[in-house]
Amino acid sequence: MEWINAIVQGVLLGGLYGLFAAGLSLIFGVMRLVNIAHGDLIVLAAYLALVVTQALGIGPLPSLLLVVPLMAVIGYGLQRLLLNRALGDDLLPPLLVTFGLSVIIQNGLLEVFSADSRRLQAGAIETAALPLGGGLAIGVLPLLQFGVAVAAIAGLQLLSWRTPLGRAFRATADDPEVARLMGLDNRHVFALAMALSLAVVALAGVFLAVRTNFDPAIGPARLIFGFEAVIIGGLGSLWGTLAGGVLLGVAQSIGAQIDPGWQILAGHLLFLLVLAVRPEGLFPRLRG
Amino acid sequence: MTTMETDGQANSAKLTRRAAAAAAIGTLATPSVLRAQGAGRPIKIGFVNPRTGPLAAFGEADAFVQEGLARALSGGIRIAGRTHPVQILARDSQSSPSRAAEVASELILRDKVDLITATSAPETVNPVADQAEVNEVPCLTTNCPWQPYFFGRRGDPAKGFDWTYHFFWGLEDVIAAFTDLWSKTETNKVVGALFPNDADGNAWGDARMGMPPALAQKGYRLIDTGRYQPGANDFSAQISAFKAAGVQIVTGVMPPPDFATFWTQAGQQDFRPKIATIGKALLFPSAVSSLGDRGLGLTTEIWWSPHHPFRSSLTNQTAEEVCAAYTQSTGKLWTQPIGYQHALFEVAVDVLKRTTALEPEAIIRAIRATDLRTIAGPVKWGSGPVKNVAKTPLVAGQWRRAGGNSLDLVVLANPGSAEIPVGGTLDPLG
Repeated sequence: MEWINAIVQGVLLGGLYGLFAAGLSLIFGVMRLVNIAHGDLIVLAAYLALVVTQALGIGPLPSLLLVVPLMAVIGYGLQRLLLNRALGDDLLPPLLVTFGLSVIIQNGLLEVFSADSRRLQAGAIETAALPLGGGLAIGVLPLLQFGVAVAAIAGLQLLSWRTPLGRAFRATADDPEVARLMGLDNRHVFALAMALSLAVVALAGVFLAVRTNFDPAIGPARLIFGFEAVIIGGLGSLWGTLAGGVLLGVAQSIGAQIDPGWQILAGHLLFLLVLAVRPEGLFPRLRG
Repeated sequence: MTTMETDGQANSAKLTRRAAAAAAIGTLATPSVLRAQGAGRPIKIGFVNPRTGPLAAFGEADAFVQEGLARALSGGIRIAGRTHPVQILARDSQSSPSRAAEVASELILRDKVDLITATSAPETVNPVADQAEVNEVPCLTTNCPWQPYFFGRRGDPAKGFDWTYHFFWGLEDVIAAFTDLWSKTETNKVVGALFPNDADGNAWGDARMGMPPALAQKGYRLIDTGRYQPGANDFSAQISAFKAAGVQIVTGVMPPPDFATFWTQAGQQDFRPKIATIGKALLFPSAVSSLGDRGLGLTTEIWWSPHHPFRSSLTNQTAEEVCAAYTQSTGKLWTQPIGYQHALFEVAVDVLKRTTALEPEAIIRAIRATDLRTIAGPVKWGSGPVKNVAKTPLVAGQWRRAGGNSLDLVVLANPGSAEIPVGGTLDPLG
């Protein structure tokens, strides 16, 4: 029963990792940008939600109605004003710019919000659980978080394959030069991709901030799980990213069941195994 | 006459040669004016503390403490008939041991400080003390349990260190305070342990020196599932092990996010212990209030609180007055490091007032002879577990609602520190 519990909790945790990873996967797919500031943007979204909940006196979940669009606007502006200027044939300059961005966000948050450990309080739902019998219980919040992760990824998938915007994303990803010849404005397409990425980041930030405490320095530690989920699932594949997150979560909780010291290690080992056996990931969409 | 300089100012002073020359003229000119009044050269005190990075919460009260200090020291310090102005050179360790060592060595070699001080966890205290020991500069530190300070620096209890002195409590005090606290209510004496794989977790969970042998001796059964990695996102394995063993007391030494994750999941998975006594995670009121109603009733170690019956030897304020002044000036709740940072400077100033000359050997002699009642309790080297460590009192208590949204930390167990009054009885959780 303990093992079933470990797997169930691992799957639910995987939803959070999927949310961490989906935004990374999307922008890597569209513009080959590795966003080192992704973890710090998750923390930024959490602080934004903190301000919104305190200012308006609403709960963390309703605050998403404001935080998601706000983060999307930040993403659009960030891409148009900063990252587009760094993009080019070389992968390194945008990487360095996002690295700098990570340092700036961390210290900016420290200046404004201090180093206090914060959390978003969601009231009774925080510890509400659905009993499954046999001592098993699923937290309502982790379940909701998993549902939102599935919905967000399904939404991004639909958008990618069923809408003109998705076609523009895929066209620009395949060949930016030809896409421009066809009348697409790359700068605008990239900025929209970043806006979507940060909208998902906002979901991740709010759920993270309800689940645990956050302070300005925790971003980078969250980034690594996002990266691992992307690599395990396969570059550029959205469902693969969710699967990668779930596998990572399950590996960690099974590792913890054997010995808590193995929790993070088990996730890293799975990551290394996938890199060694299938470097393109389990469900790759991009090749070459 | 007290001046304070931070990293930013030091860097901007380096900017141009002209600025540097102007600064040099400034320092030359000042003493010549003062010399007429029998003034000595400025005393330089180096201070290293994490202002940024994961340990930044420990450095939050720095500005407040130093402002109060500047007022108290505005008259300078008199040594051997001469009045010396005091300069405090504050540096940020960025929560990184290598950065702490780097700024400490700069303070010692470039700024030529007379005394170097540091606080907040082994990550800052140890590298600074190591630099001071190597360079033979007097060093005062606090805010780090003495075992990681002493053994973490490979100290030999028979020999000790020559230049570095520390005051704080140790692991034996945590164990005494926690078990005394747990004895105040009826439990099955089954304790679940959450020790991370870091300096604190490994020390607390050590099979020879840590909690396991001490608890066994006192008749507690410890369920220790092993060291978890800090930053873990899931504690289901521990929770199911605790449930299976019927754990009624949870203990550990956890970073605040780890405990928040554990505590949320414990609620979701219906694990309801009677007592949760956690080190480190529940030190700061902000971390406890972030847990909402589920933060109430949690218990923790208390190094310092507004209820401690001590006064500052510098400003004569009580602990309660210092906390009130902090809340008034920053709009935030008091934190435990305020008391120890204040006490650190109390000891530094006391040492400098007693030194017979402004030179390292005389300062070290003055440190060894310290016998001072600070706002954090009495500080006196010579009677501690090793020669470089003076022990200050540690008690344990419970977080409670104190009207409105404000929180109070009530002292409930004070073994060996009877002068810190107990403020009530332990209320079990839930």
